[in-house]
Amino acid sequence: MKLLEVNSVSKRFGGITANEDVTFTVESGQIVGLIGPNGAGKTTMFNCVAGFFKPTSGSITLGGREIAGLPPEECARAGVGRTFQIARTFTSMTACENVMTAALLSEHKVSAARRAAMEWLAFANLERFADKPAGSMTISEQRRLAVARALAIQPRILLMDEVMAGLNPSEVKEAVDVVLKIRDRGIACLIVEHVLEGIMPIADKIVVLDRGSKIAEGTPQEVSNDPQVIHAYLGD
Amino acid sequence: MNAMKKTAFPLVGLLVALLLPAFVDTSHLNLAILVLLAAQLGVSWNIVGGYAGQVSLGHAAFFGLGAYTSTLLLVKFGINPWIGVLCGGALASALSLGFGWSCFRLKGHYFAMATIAVAELVQIFFTEWEYGGAAVGLYVPMARTGWLWMNFATKLPYYWLALGLLLITLGVNWWIERSYLGYYFRAIKDEPDAARSIGVNIARYKQVALCVSAFFAALGGSLYAQKELYIDPNSVLSTSLSIKMALVSILGGVGTLFGPVLGSVVLTTIEETTRVLFGGSGRGTDTIIYATLIIIIAVFYPTGIIGWWQNVTRRWASRRVARVEAAEATHSAVAEAK
Repeated sequence: MKLLEVNSVSKRFGGITANEDVTFTVESGQIVGLIGPNGAGKTTMFNCVAGFFKPTSGSITLGGREIAGLPPEECARAGVGRTFQIARTFTSMTACENVMTAALLSEHKVSAARRAAMEWLAFANLERFADKPAGSMTISEQRRLAVARALAIQPRILLMDEVMAGLNPSEVKEAVDVVLKIRDRGIACLIVEHVLEGIMPIADKIVVLDRGSKIAEGTPQEVSNDPQVIHAYLGD
Repeated sequence: MNAMKKTAFPLVGLLVALLLPAFVDTSHLNLAILVLLAAQLGVSWNIVGGYAGQVSLGHAAFFGLGAYTSTLLLVKFGINPWIGVLCGGALASALSLGFGWSCFRLKGHYFAMATIAVAELVQIFFTEWEYGGAAVGLYVPMARTGWLWMNFATKLPYYWLALGLLLITLGVNWWIERSYLGYYFRAIKDEPDAARSIGVNIARYKQVALCVSAFFAALGGSLYAQKELYIDPNSVLSTSLSIKMALVSILGGVGTLFGPVLGSVVLTTIEETTRVLFGGSGRGTDTIIYATLIIIIAVFYPTGIIGWWQNVTRRWASRRVARVEAAEATHSAVAEAK
């Protein structure tokens, strides 16, 4: 079943075209990688789906409902969870409170939100940090905390922006495990990633952007043999 | 143990506040009332400025609106101040919608600057408004005294009123801190974009914070008018009053329940003492004190008195742990040697 449908979306900032006529889909429970060289328009695409940018043209639907142009908080309510390149955890709060704040979206009672938050912390392997200030955690832990927080709004699709960038190999493995566990819960994942060895083995589908346009789409195998993709990454 | 420690300080404070009137003369009682009033304003300001992190330097507009509303209703229409107080609060909350609508488009310093401008506009309006007494101000008539008319010839009842209002404001803050609102406010302060990504409508919740904050600042304004029996634009709408509300909070500790109360005890006492020392002409001295305190806080203790105190106690605790560990280490070393 098609969950997210991005249909010929373009985004221009004044004279600069960040995305040109991009079309792709994400099915329920799929892991889709969105890759491409620097400046390919991956994060812009992301921000369009999550409501932080309004596409200049085109449509984005989630489960059949048009979400293009909705503000971020409405997209979150519609079922789009997201993380940021820098974790953006709430640093004045503990790890548990970070996740609670998100859980409060569906559950206005604080005690119930705390219970839900503890479950998500356990899910992301962060229980031992529950009462620690988020600001005192490492980058890798804060990224996973941001994932737990995004999951606590009970999204249908989770958008992850470079969760693996700058991590050491064992941290990458931990991040990969979390992604697989998310998929097992039936939540689709759309992942922007530079660390190809992290995303390639787990993705069901890869979408490649270059200079704002989609240049390839397919299984990791197909994409990595695509001459256009090789050209985009390695140049002439 | 920790919970006991947490409640011990406020309970001692409350006890002191309850017993204080029995031990002090009228002039010190007046100082105590000023401390309570400033604390209440700081606690009100803290809702939007501390928890939600939207530093307003225009809160005098709400304070003044409260003072003017209850006084005008009483002077012009003979309406009971108890009703006037609530009308002032409601009106200030209503004004806060326009205030927020215009200022929340801006962030950080620009927001703070816009709030100064809006408050300045309100002050100019009241300075020019003939019906509202213009620059001359308004006198609260002493015709009817007693609890029914919130008007007294002695200071003591004002002390209880100020204390009661402070406790109510603290109670509301306490509730906010623990409810979903407290979490949303702090999320907005820490990372507004992340807050939006988890479904928090930040425009709405900033406005909620401002509305509640404005309501209680206006209540403080009405009580001030009833106590001083005279208001004019300079005494209830000036920028220095706005700054004082913020400073009381920042000095004590922003975004903490009791920070503004601590800040008020320190700031108001210093302010009134210097006023006595330098005489009534020492108008400039309080500004010098504000400036000095702002510099000290900004450079050394951005988390205020509460933050400084937490640091000190944490250091004590870790030293104690280190001492115990050292003692155990020598103990086991001695045991091994034997």
